[in-house]
Amino acid sequence: MTIETTAAQPAAAPATAETVTMTYSEAIRDAMRIAMAKDPAVFIMGEDVGTYGGAFGVTGELINEIGPDRIRDTTISELGIMGAGVGAAMTGMRPIVEIQFSDFTAQAMDQIANQAAKIHFMLGGAVSVPMVIRAPGGSGTGAAAQHSQSLEAWFVHIPGLKVVMPATADDAKGLLLSAIDDPNPVMVIEHKLLYKTSGEVRTGDIRTPLGVAAVPREGKDLTIIATGVEVSRALEAAEILAADGIEATVVDPRTLKPLDSDTILRTVKATGRVLLVQEAVRTLGFMSEVSAIISESDAFGYLRAPIKRLAGLDIPIPYAPKLERASVPQVEDIVAAATDLVRKW
Amino acid sequence: MNTQIVADRELAAASLATMWKIRRFEEAVEDLYGRGLMHGTMHLSIGQEAVPTGACLALNKDDYITSTHRGHGHCIAKGADMERMMAELLAKETGYCRGRGGSMHIADTETGNLGANGIVAGGIPIATGAALSAKMRGTKQVAVSFHGDGAMGEGAWHEGVVLAAMWQLPVVFLCENNLYGMSMSSEKAFNLDQLSDRAKGYGIPGVTVDGNDVQAVYDATKEAVDRARAGGGPTFIEAKTYRWRGHSKSDKNLYRTRDEIDEWRGKDPIPHFEALALAAGGLTQADIDAVRDNVRTELRSAVQRANAAPDATADDLLSAVYAR
Repeated sequence: MTIETTAAQPAAAPATAETVTMTYSEAIRDAMRIAMAKDPAVFIMGEDVGTYGGAFGVTGELINEIGPDRIRDTTISELGIMGAGVGAAMTGMRPIVEIQFSDFTAQAMDQIANQAAKIHFMLGGAVSVPMVIRAPGGSGTGAAAQHSQSLEAWFVHIPGLKVVMPATADDAKGLLLSAIDDPNPVMVIEHKLLYKTSGEVRTGDIRTPLGVAAVPREGKDLTIIATGVEVSRALEAAEILAADGIEATVVDPRTLKPLDSDTILRTVKATGRVLLVQEAVRTLGFMSEVSAIISESDAFGYLRAPIKRLAGLDIPIPYAPKLERASVPQVEDIVAAATDLVRKW
Repeated sequence: MNTQIVADRELAAASLATMWKIRRFEEAVEDLYGRGLMHGTMHLSIGQEAVPTGACLALNKDDYITSTHRGHGHCIAKGADMERMMAELLAKETGYCRGRGGSMHIADTETGNLGANGIVAGGIPIATGAALSAKMRGTKQVAVSFHGDGAMGEGAWHEGVVLAAMWQLPVVFLCENNLYGMSMSSEKAFNLDQLSDRAKGYGIPGVTVDGNDVQAVYDATKEAVDRARAGGGPTFIEAKTYRWRGHSKSDKNLYRTRDEIDEWRGKDPIPHFEALALAAGGLTQADIDAVRDNVRTELRSAVQRANAAPDATADDLLSAVYAR
């Protein structure tokens, strides 16, 4: 069985919508501010989200605007915070739980995997758990093995959770607002390296629908499917490849669960070559599933080359900058793999 | 001074009926399971009926509870329908969870029951969250988290209580100390004279009561609930009781003696309550007989109707995972 694909939701706001330049981090804050202004049930809970402004500064000065009741500082108790989120979500609130580093979800896993994800199904549909879990993942900050993992596959593997990985500032806002609307627990895996990156972000109460992939670049020679920070690396690689005469399509699934398989298969059929790029460790990673979905579909008959995966090494993320960089796919790795795929096949 | 339950005809009859419902429901479940007519596993609370009975008497319908794997009693005491419970255990479409949860996952949102939980202490932080929600929404609802002594070894217990204490939330952590966490004796497990001694370390009031005495449980819960509603924060209650049956079906009772079990069977909360009610004049022998007979009839009918219901269907399993 493949990952469940739900029907496509309405398309995002038209490209003509007004935009403003802001960072990924500001875009997330903007989304939370909009959601909290609209719905008194929405509140934020997490470690140091108040006066400190969040470990990565995402909540910033929201506490001054909204107050400590709804920008709620907690003790260092990931399991307790997550469970309090579940209980609040079951009883009429719409909590946004911030976990300081996605690695710390391991501390909260019972409430994520055994409670939040299962309650709706297990209780026969009588209750739902409309909560959002925001957690930064990924390497590149020198924080080493316990603060740098890419754990998205864990969550995709648990029926009942939705999982999104915004790669741009606009999606960070649009996907988060969709996640807050959603009546299910949604894991929003942000990327630490993206927090300070800027982009054009639609103003106002906008949405990026869950379950709809983005295709930020189209080309005829190969399809590069990438998630999280690897999307920007793939786009950078595509520029370099273009100078060498190779035209790449880049697909950003944006939502890992539910996954927009249709867009993936359509773009794969159009190019006949596919390069899958993830920062997470290779074995049983999300891209293994994407590879299987392609292999099991009629897109298989369109392939001119074997499916190629580029992924993090099967190791804990090391500290030293050179070692850390060598652990996950970089722009040059994508260029090399794409060139190889197109030239050989 | 709280109402003397045994002296109040209505309250005494209702409390006795609740205890009998729990007892008869679980006896029926045990019988059905033993005859191969029920599937899965279950955890029986026979002998512990006075705790949920006394505690839920102190709650309003819209107050919340979280429950445990040994949760039939909590569910019944909070007001659930025995037919829908039985239907769930019999894997029927009309069960509380449409056959997807079974004994360990029954919830009844209509009566504020946020669900039994198969994870020990799983309900502790959830109750904290429900209490946080009540406080933020400005209602006067209170959450009671039923849990066993075994839960007090879990990190979730600690974290849930820490947050509730910090935020002074309207929640009562009610430990049914039935003396064993599966086979681990709570006396060995916790280096405390009584489990309520732990409350001081969390900065909340703690009290230990006789969990086989409905009035004692009611009084402690009432005080805690009144304080919580008034903004006074959480309370920990230890209700000492005993489960007559094994932990679950695999239990060979190797960790306790027959004498110990017999001693506690002698402290059966139901005849104890009946004797008090007779002495206090709240109930006559005829009343007591009527309560027992009515419950028996009600339970028999619940089992029959649940048995006649259609089996749970697999048709829409995939679409049941996510709420719409």
